[in-house]
Amino acid sequence: MIEIKNIYKTFHTPHEVQALVDVSCKIEAGEVVVVIGPSGSGKSTFLRCINRLETANYGEILIEGIDIFSRKTNMNKIRAKVGMVFQSFNLFPHKTVYENVMLTQLEVLKRSKAKADKKTVYLLKKVGITDKAKAYPAQLSGGQQQRVAIARAIAMDPKVMLFDEPTSALDPEMISEVLNVMKALAKEGMTMVVVTHEMGFAKEVADRVIFMDYGRIVEEGTPEHFFKNPTHQRTKLFLDQILS
Amino acid sequence: MHNFLFCPVLALEPNKLLCYATFNKNIFLPSHFDERSEKKSHKTEKAKKIINMVSNIKRLKKKGLYNFSIVLFFVMLFLTSASLYLAAAKIDYVWRWNRVLKYFAYNNTVEIKTETDGTAVIVSNDKGWNIEITKNSEQNIYFVPKKAKLNILDGEYVYKEGIIGSYSELKAGILASGLWLTIKSSAIATIFGIIIGLICGIARLSSNPFFKWSAITYVEIIRGSPLLVQIFIWYFVFGSILDAIFASHDFTRIEPIWYGIAALAFFTGAYVGEIVRAGIQSINKGQAEAARSLGMSGYQCMRYIILPQALKRILPPLAGQFINLIKDSSLLGIIAIRELTKATREVISTSLQPFELWFMCAIMYLVLTFSLSMALQFLEKRSLIK
Ligand SMILES: Nc1ncnc2c1ncn2[C@@H]1O[C@H](COP(=O)(O)OP(=O)(O)O)[C@@H](O)[C@H]1O
Ligand SMILES: [Mg+2]
Repeated sequence: MIEIKNIYKTFHTPHEVQALVDVSCKIEAGEVVVVIGPSGSGKSTFLRCINRLETANYGEILIEGIDIFSRKTNMNKIRAKVGMVFQSFNLFPHKTVYENVMLTQLEVLKRSKAKADKKTVYLLKKVGITDKAKAYPAQLSGGQQQRVAIARAIAMDPKVMLFDEPTSALDPEMISEVLNVMKALAKEGMTMVVVTHEMGFAKEVADRVIFMDYGRIVEEGTPEHFFKNPTHQRTKLFLDQILS
Repeated sequence: MHNFLFCPVLALEPNKLLCYATFNKNIFLPSHFDERSEKKSHKTEKAKKIINMVSNIKRLKKKGLYNFSIVLFFVMLFLTSASLYLAAAKIDYVWRWNRVLKYFAYNNTVEIKTETDGTAVIVSNDKGWNIEITKNSEQNIYFVPKKAKLNILDGEYVYKEGIIGSYSELKAGILASGLWLTIKSSAIATIFGIIIGLICGIARLSSNPFFKWSAITYVEIIRGSPLLVQIFIWYFVFGSILDAIFASHDFTRIEPIWYGIAALAFFTGAYVGEIVRAGIQSINKGQAEAARSLGMSGYQCMRYIILPQALKRILPPLAGQFINLIKDSSLLGIIAIRELTKATREVISTSLQPFELWFMCAIMYLVLTFSLSMALQFLEKRSLIK
């Protein structure tokens, strides 16, 4: 479903950084891929390339056969199909929770109000935010905000969801409420690419784990493979660090 | 900030200091307030209490000094006015405030006169009277409104130029029309200034060099030359060119006020543009990323996400800019627009009461700017609550 072929990404400011070096991988429909790796290894850049918040310097990304770096591609249509959840939630602070979820349905998908409303109410219930629909994001806890952000992304009926460290900015007691929503989503068969340090989540729901370091994919495999006998020395070191 | 420097209570308790700082920030940057409103609101309450406490402590401690300062302030006000009055008396200036009033509004007597002579027939209706003057089967009809006093009787013979009715009406004086012109030109220039500023601010941030460089050039030209010169250029350069072109095509020429408004609007637009740019840049990049990642176009992102947040934030500096605009409109007098300042000058040349009139003029500007800043503060508060 998503085919990533030999992408390179180099940042030139403030100094030259090779964020991605010859990264290739395939993500099938319904698959849950967890991306792990040390900070600065290019995980975020990798995700951001998939919905073209960054443009790769070289290489190709095909989503359902459509080349997203091609000039002819309507990026807004592709992005609407690729949901993204950020570490810092990025809810719209001047809109209520309800409006946050409604807005893009009305403006981007041009859904009717009734239909969008039905979807919004359903999704807010699904992520467990029913009594706060009229509240503004600032009045919500971090965990609640992130769940709203997930609802906002799913409301677009995406083909794939990208999560960039969705629980890293949360207080420990709120992490599980967000992970539970993500697990439920995975069970429903959503295609997901998740950058996370939550190894429990990786063990439980990942179909495949990718380990990145210095902008490269170092190792790729099932969770069992990773947590029982990883091949590379770097992977072992990283997992030791993170699991201890 | 001087408050906490002088206050041992706050200096010793960093937690309260933080509250105080938060409170202070919320006063001056109200836009941040709503983002964390619920969490912070009890903190602000606390901060308010602390501040009250502080000022109370201070008041208790130096009560004598505090009261003395208040008295000193009013004494100073009194002395300033008194010395001005005495100085004026010294040069034999006679204050005649009552003369000022008639330049705002005066009673104008309107007389309805006949153009021919003849016999009058009065036909009354609910709006007034129709006076039919007939002579040799030639009939003229004059209308006299109900508020007027009728001077003739039915069937009376009236002579040419005879007054058949008269009434007095309140008319706006030259100062009132000057004030109105100031309000009108400022208001129109404000509206266009906002439009130009929005476009300029957004263009300034565009990655397209055409838009970006156009905006930079415009802003630098406007900010780098005096408004007075710009008004001259609009009126004497662009004005002359347009007049010549219009005259050769038999169009009516544009009134000078429109050149004045254009100069003010473009002048303000450049400053508003910079304010808008700063406002947009102050919005977290994550907002645009979230919007774009949901499939919004650049326009939708700007329209629904960035601008609403930025506008809230730039309201205070915008208020200052528009207050400047009102004051700068006093320069329009130099191209023969009779706005408030020019009107005042003209009135002075006939009334010879310069002291009263210049004070009056200043007070009227003060009323305008003050009510504008009040209105914007109200808007700001309302958006805070929301
Ligand atoms: N917009 C950017 N400009 C410059 N350098 C960047 C930018 N984004 C990321 N980088 C650099 O690219 C590298 C990879 O970053 P990132 O993908 O965020 O890593 P990770 O998410 O794994 O921590 C880092 O060295 C980072 O400094
Ligand atoms: Mg990252």
